[in-house]
Amino acid sequence: MDSNILSLRKEFRKFRNLDYYDQSESRQPYSLMPFNFHRINDDLEVLINEVGDFLLVPTGTAGRIINKELDKEYDSSLYADLLSNFFISESAYSPLIDLLATRYRTKKLFLENFTSLHIFVISLRCEHTCHYCQVSRVTQDRSKYDMSREHIDRGIELMMKSPNPNVTMEFQGGEALLAFDNIKYAIGKAQEQAYKYRKNVNYVICTNLALINDEILQFCKLNDVLISTSLDGPKHVHDSNRHKPHASSYELTIQGIKRVKEVLGNDSVSALMTTSKLSLDHPTEIVDEYFNLGFQGIFLRNISPYGFALRTEKNRYLTKEYLDFFKKGLQRIIEINKNERRFVEGLSQILLTKMLTPMNVGFVDMQSPSGIINGVIVFNYDGGIYASDESRMLAEERDFTFKLGHLDETSYDEVFFGDKANKISAVWANESLAGCADCAFQQYCGADPVHNWATQGDLYGYRPTSSFCEKNMEIIRYLFELMATDQDVKEIFESWIRI
Amino acid sequence: MILKTKGETHNIPEGTLVRVTRYRNKLEDKSYAYIAECDIDIGPYVNKPILTTANINTETIGSRPVVCKMSSTDHLAEDDIVLIGQRGNIRTLYRPQSISNVMFITERCNSNCLMCSQPPMDNDDLDFHYDINSRLISMIPKDCPEITLTGGEPTILGNRLCDLINQIKNELPRTEVHMLTNGRSFAYNKVAERLAQVNNPRLMLGIPLYSDYYQIHDYVVQAKDAFYQTVMGIQNLKRYDIRVEIRVVLHKATIPRLQKLAEFIFKNLPFVDQIVLMGLEITGYTKANLNDLWIDPKDYMDELRNAVNYLAKRKMKVAIYNTPLCLLPLDIWDYARQSISDWKNIYFEECEKCMLINECGGLFESALKRHSNHIKAFKEDPRTTLSGSSEKLLACDAV
Repeated sequence: MDSNILSLRKEFRKFRNLDYYDQSESRQPYSLMPFNFHRINDDLEVLINEVGDFLLVPTGTAGRIINKELDKEYDSSLYADLLSNFFISESAYSPLIDLLATRYRTKKLFLENFTSLHIFVISLRCEHTCHYCQVSRVTQDRSKYDMSREHIDRGIELMMKSPNPNVTMEFQGGEALLAFDNIKYAIGKAQEQAYKYRKNVNYVICTNLALINDEILQFCKLNDVLISTSLDGPKHVHDSNRHKPHASSYELTIQGIKRVKEVLGNDSVSALMTTSKLSLDHPTEIVDEYFNLGFQGIFLRNISPYGFALRTEKNRYLTKEYLDFFKKGLQRIIEINKNERRFVEGLSQILLTKMLTPMNVGFVDMQSPSGIINGVIVFNYDGGIYASDESRMLAEERDFTFKLGHLDETSYDEVFFGDKANKISAVWANESLAGCADCAFQQYCGADPVHNWATQGDLYGYRPTSSFCEKNMEIIRYLFELMATDQDVKEIFESWIRI
Repeated sequence: MILKTKGETHNIPEGTLVRVTRYRNKLEDKSYAYIAECDIDIGPYVNKPILTTANINTETIGSRPVVCKMSSTDHLAEDDIVLIGQRGNIRTLYRPQSISNVMFITERCNSNCLMCSQPPMDNDDLDFHYDINSRLISMIPKDCPEITLTGGEPTILGNRLCDLINQIKNELPRTEVHMLTNGRSFAYNKVAERLAQVNNPRLMLGIPLYSDYYQIHDYVVQAKDAFYQTVMGIQNLKRYDIRVEIRVVLHKATIPRLQKLAEFIFKNLPFVDQIVLMGLEITGYTKANLNDLWIDPKDYMDELRNAVNYLAKRKMKVAIYNTPLCLLPLDIWDYARQSISDWKNIYFEECEKCMLINECGGLFESALKRHSNHIKAFKEDPRTTLSGSSEKLLACDAV
C-alpha cells in the first residue's frame, strides 16, 4: 500500500481534542447573518433571525455581537447558541444555508395553495343595531339587499377555480340567516360543483343566532355546517354593544349557542368578541363569560376602524387603552390556565405558534404577504368582488380602492392577477416596507394595506403612527417578557401552540 | 453467547455459506450442513457437509466436505446460517431465533467516533462482504422480521449498497431494513436520490447527531465538516421521504447541550421519524477514551428527562435505549425500550432480585467493565405503590 496513504490514514485515526475541530479563522472569528433585535425590558433584549428563531439575552448583547466583541472561549455558550441558530456564521455563507432556505419556505407554506376563504355576503339585512357595526346594516324590509342566485352561481364558479383543494365558504351579512333559503341553494350548488372539481368545501354561517330554529339546525347537521356567532361578554356589555330592538341579544345568543351545541355538537359553534369602549372596562368579566360557557378559548380582538365604528364617538379610542385591556384579559386567562384548565387566547396562540415552532400560520389579518387576495376573497350582496371583509366595509363608505371587480363581468384572472392586485402586491409584504423591513418581529407580524389606507390614507403606510404596528409590537414584546420572567407562563404558552 | 468459532476445514471452499441442522432428513436441501457429535457416518447423506467438534482423521474424511475439531458447536441453533471462512473460522451470520440480526457491510469508515463500538479498519473489504451478503440474502428465511445493515460506514460500498437493499426488497419483502450510517454521503443529493430510487418502503436509516453545535459533533465523531454533512444528508434523505431516525449517544461530550440539540432537531429537522437517546456501550474505542466520555447515567437524568419531554410534547417520537429502569425517573419509563442485542445482553446479580427484570432492558455485557453505582433491584413496582403526580420522584427512591 502506498506509504503516503498509510500515513494519512494513521493521522486520521489519531484522537484529537475539541480545539482541533474549531473552524473559525483567527483574523475574523465570525460574520453576521441577517437578524434583528428589540428591547424587551431594562434587563433583556431579544435577537430574532430570518425565520423567527429567537434568543433572549441580557441588554447590551446585540451590541457586543455586532461590534465583534464576542469571544469564542469566554462567551462559549452564547457563541454556540448564535452559531447553531443562524445568527452568526464562521464563513461568508453558512454551510447550512440550504437548510435555512427550507426553513424559510416552511414559514411561507400558507401561500402554497392560494385563496381558501371565500366570503359570501348573502344579505345586508339585519335586525340588530350594533353600534360598532362595520357592515352598515339596513333594516329588514329591503329585499334588494340580498345576493341574487346568479351571483351566487358565479361566486361558486370563481371559488372552484382556486388552486386550493380545501376551501371555506363563509356566509356573512347583515344577518345571514335572514336569507336562509339562499344559503340552502348556495350550499347545494357548491356541493355539486365540489364533487365535479374534487374540492373539499367547509361551510360556515356567521349569525347572531336570534333566528336559529330546528329546520336550520337540521340542515346544518346534515351538511356539516359550522356556526360562528358574536358574543361580546356578559349581558350588560353584550346588550349595550349589540342592541336588538325589543329583546336581549345576549339571551338569544346564549340560548342559541346552547341549542346549536345540543344538535351539532360542542365543537360546532365558535364565538367571536368585538371590543368596544365599554368592553375596555371589563376584560376579566368577558374572559370569564367565555370560560363559564365552556369555550376552549377566546380571541381578544381589536376593533377595526371601518364602517359605523368610525362614526360613533363610542368607539374612538387609543391603542394604548386596548393594550391595557388585552393585558388584563390575558392575565385572567393565565390564571384560569393555572387553576382550572387549558384556555387559550387566540391572538397569542397565533403569535406563539410563529415564535415557538418552525411551522407556518395562515392568519389573514397578520401575515406577509398579506391575507387579502392570497388567503381571502369577498363576494358582496350586490355582486361586487373585494379583496377582504374590511375592503367591502370601505365600499359602504363609498371607498372602492379595494374593489377588484364584479361577478357579472370580471374574470378570475382579472380579479386575482389583474392591475389592482398587482398594485396592492407592491405593498403587501412587510419584508419590503420601511419600518417593517428591519423590525425584529417581522416574521411574527404581517402587512395590512387595507388598514393603512383606512387609517392613514396611504397603501404603503407609515409605521411610526400605525395602530396596527403599535398594537402588534407591544403584544409580542409583552409575550416575550412574560415567558422570560415566569417559567409557569412559558409552559402554559407552550401548551397552547398548535403542532 | 458466541458467534465465532474455529475448526479444521476439508474440501469446503472458503466463503461457503451453510444452514446448520441436527436433523439428517433436512440434508435433502442443498443449503444445509449437519452438526455431528462424534460420528460422521451419516448413511445416505455421505456427500453433505458436516460440522463437528470431533477429531476425525484425514483418511476417514477422504473427499467429503467436513469441518472437524471445532472449538464449539453448542452455540449453533437449528437453522442458523454460518460462514465457513479463511483459516477455519466459522462465523454465525444469521440466527432465526434472534430479532437482532446484522448484515456487516464493511469495516471501513470515514469517521472515527470517540466511542465507536466497532472500530474501523482501513481494509479493502468491500468485495468480500458484498459477495457474502448477496448470497446470504437469498438464504435468509422470508419471515425474518428485521435486519440491520451496519459496519463501519455502509455507504462506502456505493452503488452496490443500493443493489443489496434492492435485493432485500425483492427477496425479503416483509423484512424491515434498519441501516446504521453517519449520513455524511447523503450531503450529495444525488446519493440520496439514488437510494430513493430503490424504493424499499421498509428501509429506515439510523443517523447519529451529537450536538446542535458543529464543533462538538465533529469532535465526537472525530471528523471535520461531519456535522454539516450529516445535517444536509438528513435533509436530502427527507426530500425523498426516506425514513430517518436520529441517534444520540449519551456521554460527557453530548450531555451538556442535549436540550439545545432537542430544540435544534425540533426547529430544523421536525420531519425525522424518531429520536433515540442511547446509553453508552463500554467497548471498542470507548475504553480508550473513557475519561473524556464517562458519566454515571444517574447524573444526567435531569437533562435526559427535559429533552425527552420537550420532544414528546411536540409530538416527536422518542425512545430511550440501553438504560435500565432503576436509573430512569419514573415519568419517562414509557420511553425506555429493551434495545440491547441478545448476544451482548446481560443482567447483574442484583438484577436477579428485581421484580421488573422482565420489563427492563438490562445491561451491555461490557458494563462489567464500568457501570452506574446506582443499579438496584425493585422490591415493589413503583408504578402501583405511588399515588398521584410524582413527576420529580426518582423511581428507585420508592423501594
